[in-house]
Amino acid sequence: MQLSGGEILIQFLKDEGVEYVFGYPGGAVLHIYDALFQQDEVKHILVRHEQGATHAADGYARATGKPGVVLVTSGPGATNAVTGIATAHLDSIPMVIITGQVSSTFIGSDAFQEVDAVGITRPCVKHNFLVKDVNDIAVTLKKAFYVATTGRPGPVVVDIPKDITDPNIKIDYEYPQTVSMRSYNPTVKGHPGQIRKAAELILSAKRPMIYSGGGVVLSGASEALTGFVRSLGYPITSTLMGLGAYPATDNQFVGMLGMHGTYEANMGMHECDVLIAVGARFDDRVTGETSKFCPNAKIIHIDIDPSSISKNVRVDIPIVGDIKEVMHDMMTVFNELKLKPDAAALETWWRQLELWRNKQCLKYDRNSDLIKPQFVIEKLYEVTGGDAFVTSDVGQHQMFTAQFYKFDKPNRWINSGGLGTMGFGMPAAIGVQLGNPGATVACVTGEASIQMCIQELSTALQYSTPIKIINLNNRYMGMVRQWQEFFYDSRYSQSYMDTLPDFIKLAESYGHVGMRIEKPADVEGALREAFAMKDRAVFMDFITDRTENVYPMIMAGKGHNEMHLPPECHIDNPDDRELA
Amino acid sequence: MRHIISVLMENESGALSRVAGLFSARGYNIESLTVAPTEDGSLSRMTLVTQGSEEIVEQITKQLNKLVDVVKLADISDGTHIERELMLIKLRAQGDNARAEIKRMVDIFRARIIDVSDDNFIVELTGSGEKLDAFIMAVDAGFIMETVRSGATGISRGSKALQV
Repeated sequence: MQLSGGEILIQFLKDEGVEYVFGYPGGAVLHIYDALFQQDEVKHILVRHEQGATHAADGYARATGKPGVVLVTSGPGATNAVTGIATAHLDSIPMVIITGQVSSTFIGSDAFQEVDAVGITRPCVKHNFLVKDVNDIAVTLKKAFYVATTGRPGPVVVDIPKDITDPNIKIDYEYPQTVSMRSYNPTVKGHPGQIRKAAELILSAKRPMIYSGGGVVLSGASEALTGFVRSLGYPITSTLMGLGAYPATDNQFVGMLGMHGTYEANMGMHECDVLIAVGARFDDRVTGETSKFCPNAKIIHIDIDPSSISKNVRVDIPIVGDIKEVMHDMMTVFNELKLKPDAAALETWWRQLELWRNKQCLKYDRNSDLIKPQFVIEKLYEVTGGDAFVTSDVGQHQMFTAQFYKFDKPNRWINSGGLGTMGFGMPAAIGVQLGNPGATVACVTGEASIQMCIQELSTALQYSTPIKIINLNNRYMGMVRQWQEFFYDSRYSQSYMDTLPDFIKLAESYGHVGMRIEKPADVEGALREAFAMKDRAVFMDFITDRTENVYPMIMAGKGHNEMHLPPECHIDNPDDRELA
Repeated sequence: MRHIISVLMENESGALSRVAGLFSARGYNIESLTVAPTEDGSLSRMTLVTQGSEEIVEQITKQLNKLVDVVKLADISDGTHIERELMLIKLRAQGDNARAEIKRMVDIFRARIIDVSDDNFIVELTGSGEKLDAFIMAVDAGFIMETVRSGATGISRGSKALQV
């Protein structure tokens, strides 16, 4: 088949099974867009800003497990995409981002819309390529998809100069079925000796804790992990990124850990004697002060990325491999060892964990006349039957959602955990909806975050994605305000906005339904009404308590056992001392 | 502690900047870095000299290994190894006394004079970094017009070999 570079690119995407390309045209990619125009298998989603394209592709990838694909032009097209690329990089999301580049002969001449896209994206991609020859397009794209989706996934940028896609230069094209790279061979199988050592340690534990992360979701190991945890009867906590990998409604789940984690999860971490970290990376928001982290525990760490091992916290038994494989091998070893967990010790441990759990650390004032953000999330959970795909932006609303929406399935909780990118939620929700037509998709956001990518409301209309936007509007950048209250004597420097748009009119002008909810009594009804509109995007503006804080909280430099609990908690539990 | 890391990587444009970028982005210290293609033209070999605790150097090698262009690497300072650095130094050599003095130094250090002109010599010297430092200390500072050093390269001793 004789094809031009632009046609090869589109044909390759078809052959690779790509369903959607999220993008925005421009000078350097016009040949590619012309090739795109002449077919209808690969569908293009036209965003309103390249950042939106990357977040939408990212949301699509997180919800479907398939790589997200982005197509943007050179110069500002590429630089606008950088925030979304870095977002995907920090959360290890498989994406392929195709950036146009000025023609080869102009590279380095400061040509119109020229930036060194490979240079700019280098620190925030898993890998990137500059295609220098039309004959290399197909194989380079194959490598890009291979690298993006294997090992620890991540975004891969392919920069293609305009002359490489010239419609007048046609070459033979054949889809490269496979690709091999001598310099890239991720380890999948865990070391049997390490697995055996880990299995013995796990079964000898008196106060075990399983700490699972986003890697479980990424490797599709949710079922394997759930089987592993249930067979042991051990408590499990999760990072922000790992929520849903183990069902949150199960009694063995003790909630999220870390800075805004539950009392039982954090105390369990502090007191455990064996910690089993699965696909988690000991992020600073999880560990708190590392010198105080799990002081009594032997640590097992299962991760596909060797550089995650002992990066922030020294571990005792590292296992490098794919979690699904390692979980499977571990179960086999359990059966061979013919050992059982120490039932008596486990019973004592669970009694302790239940005492911590009884503290009800997520308590909030239910008698307020104001809408509490936690209450909205609780109602959202009820109204959607706990079965929605929920994206979020970044800040208090993100933490409230993580705490109060009990995710029972993986790939349902979609947020920017690593980079913490405000503006992520709504475009991500569009991508999630496209990947899951017919599913219930909610975007929990705040009035500050939503304005960072508000223009994508237009994209939501164009592609009829009936997403439901839950705007927790407290007229503050809530998390910034909270930190200023705690650490800067309530000097609210630049953290409020008194010139907010009328979100109802805004939603309506974009062609959507707008609703304002001001009383707690109206919350549930409004949610029911909104979610009943199956074919419309709805913007719900909840006017919430301005000064609600996210609790529990571990302050900087503190350990897991030094949490600040909500005021409500102290009232009901005067005995705040350790119960162990 | 000082470590010498030898890296075999794909001989592709941008490969060097990936390594340099990694070091600056993660705040690792880089003392010297040399790179050139190997006998197999598709591979480059890089020698990196870095300082850091065992934990940091472990992270450095893991992060380097994670770069998709890196094929293989070894911390050659883990075992016995040979380390060499090349220096070219241009010395002001005016008058018989100065010329004789420089020639004496060149003999003592087993260096070589590789270019001679009316008023200067260019001297080539190979050895460990300390030896090159010692030569610079030994010659009269007033003689030194210009120096250039390659940075350290190294190879492990014995039957071990870094190859694909």
